[in-house]
Amino acid sequence: MPNKTFFWFFLPTGLAMILFIGLPIISTGIQSFYAQHDQVVKEVKKCDPFGCTVSIVVDQEATSVIRDERPLGKFNGLGTYVDRNHLAIEQISEFWDETDTFGDFIDQVTNLPFYKALLFTLTYCLFVTPNVLLLGFIIALSLNAISRKIRGPLIFGTILPMIVTPLVGSLVLFWMIDAEGIIGANLQLIMEDPYLSLKSSRTLTWITIIIYGVWHHSPFAFVVFYAALQTVPQEPVEAAIIDGASRYQRIRHIVLPHIYPVVTFVALISLMDNFRVFEPIIGFSAEGSAQSLSWLIYDNLVNEEVILFGSAAATSMMTIIGIAILLAPVLIRTWKEFRTAR
Amino acid sequence: MEYGLDKRSNALKTFNTTFIIIWLLIACFPFIWTFWGSFKVRADFFSRADWWYAISAFNTLIETGGQFTSNAYSEAWTEGEFWKASRNTIIVTVFVVTISLFLGTLGAYALSRSTERYAFWILIAALIFRAMPHITLVSGYLFPFFELQIWGILPTTIVVLVAINQPFTLWLLYSFFKTVPKELDESALIDGCSYFQAFRYIIMPVMWPGVITAGLFSLMLAYNDFTVTALLLNQENHTMVPKIQSYLGTNQHEGNLMWAVSAVVSATAPLFMLVMFFQRQVISGLTTGAVKG
Repeated sequence: MPNKTFFWFFLPTGLAMILFIGLPIISTGIQSFYAQHDQVVKEVKKCDPFGCTVSIVVDQEATSVIRDERPLGKFNGLGTYVDRNHLAIEQISEFWDETDTFGDFIDQVTNLPFYKALLFTLTYCLFVTPNVLLLGFIIALSLNAISRKIRGPLIFGTILPMIVTPLVGSLVLFWMIDAEGIIGANLQLIMEDPYLSLKSSRTLTWITIIIYGVWHHSPFAFVVFYAALQTVPQEPVEAAIIDGASRYQRIRHIVLPHIYPVVTFVALISLMDNFRVFEPIIGFSAEGSAQSLSWLIYDNLVNEEVILFGSAAATSMMTIIGIAILLAPVLIRTWKEFRTAR
Repeated sequence: MEYGLDKRSNALKTFNTTFIIIWLLIACFPFIWTFWGSFKVRADFFSRADWWYAISAFNTLIETGGQFTSNAYSEAWTEGEFWKASRNTIIVTVFVVTISLFLGTLGAYALSRSTERYAFWILIAALIFRAMPHITLVSGYLFPFFELQIWGILPTTIVVLVAINQPFTLWLLYSFFKTVPKELDESALIDGCSYFQAFRYIIMPVMWPGVITAGLFSLMLAYNDFTVTALLLNQENHTMVPKIQSYLGTNQHEGNLMWAVSAVVSATAPLFMLVMFFQRQVISGLTTGAVKG
């Protein structure tokens, strides 16, 4: 296709992506160097028969004038990145000096908002991704052995958790697991602990959100693996059966190598999706004990008094860097393949 | 994988069937339970006293005189203004799907027919864009949108959702266009068609399966979106998902949990029916990218 024709065909979608994905990233980058204005204060002298007092009040008018003049805020350089709510360089070096053991140090650091969120996000990715792959693969193998006639409805039932939006999916589970729901109430009966509830324990909350993650993402892995299983050639499998290979050996040495590229694809996609975990935290009302990077950004953006653009932008930039680190191996591999192909 | 040689023992068969049944229970029961509970009153579905009330409908009988009540639905749809939210969802979904498909087919066709190196890099860039968490993009939108005074209205959200959706649509349609033989449009070009005519009259008619799949995924994205719609729309224009969240209540104001339950069922039912109807397309869409590499 000639370049000119390509240009006109691609212009609309290219423009949409540049304007609403490319530019926002740049805009986020710029915003992260600014911080909201301080409030202007003035001294007010108040005199009554007993003497004069000077009090300090916020000058609303002057504050709003400054805000209107420079809506982006004041220039803050890398200040937002290193403050207490983000990388917290100062606090960390303080902790390093103050704490005696390394464990204490880690405890202190993971209490800082950014590191707390990073720890949760990484834990979530680390536990959800492998379990999604495993469960998805087992369901695919298992469904593949069921009679073809009834597979259709079974597949429909299997993919339900995936097609609902994460907020709805987590709400539906939360209403059952919460102390007033069917599972929660029965757990209290079984454990004989009337105060057992999701909200009371940090570990329980984390486990629940991870279970939700596996429940929500496994169907995707299942669908892809199921399709891949249909393409496994029959001859090597039959040969292996004749040679006396066990079922496990067949899966390990014939099926898995065949679908290996698909496994990496699913792992990559689910890693990307898990890294942005956010809605389940709202669905499970788990803000108290589990915060993710995306949730931190959301929290800054729905701030009641002043929207913390700078703070949200700084967290966003660091999230994007995180994604870049996750994607780097894949991109490097693609680039190498592309170069050798040339 | 049904091999004549592969004999499964009965134990394995039983184990397999049990596993599938347990999994299906885990996957489907939460939805069935929520559907059931949406016809009860709050004191039953969220019972402090005894979870069995959700089945025996103890309080529902006292409060409404029947085993089942549709009060939650009628209140959420009228008083809770869920009708407005579903109207907004329909508007957003229809426009997002139409515009996405229009832009996506043009772009993906060009990408699939280009032999230049930049086509490869555009696809890689699209993959990177696909990986961006939506909330980071929203944090980039908010400030400029406030300044331009286009925050809070439906058209802005529609355009944003279309753009966010493009990378995935491009990849999906690209792999579908690749399966249409090049000779088809080349012969049309030799016969004197322009590229656009070849695209419109030769390629599009054989592309319907791909277009339907891509359309379904755009629909699911627009219909299910929470991040963008919750932050870029004002109260008045909220779509269904942020509306459900607003029923949950916050520290400041008490929510209405039964509204949320009935709204969840109302929002999920059309989606389930759609997927039941188009199951084949959804699955082919999820696997095209993966299996063909």
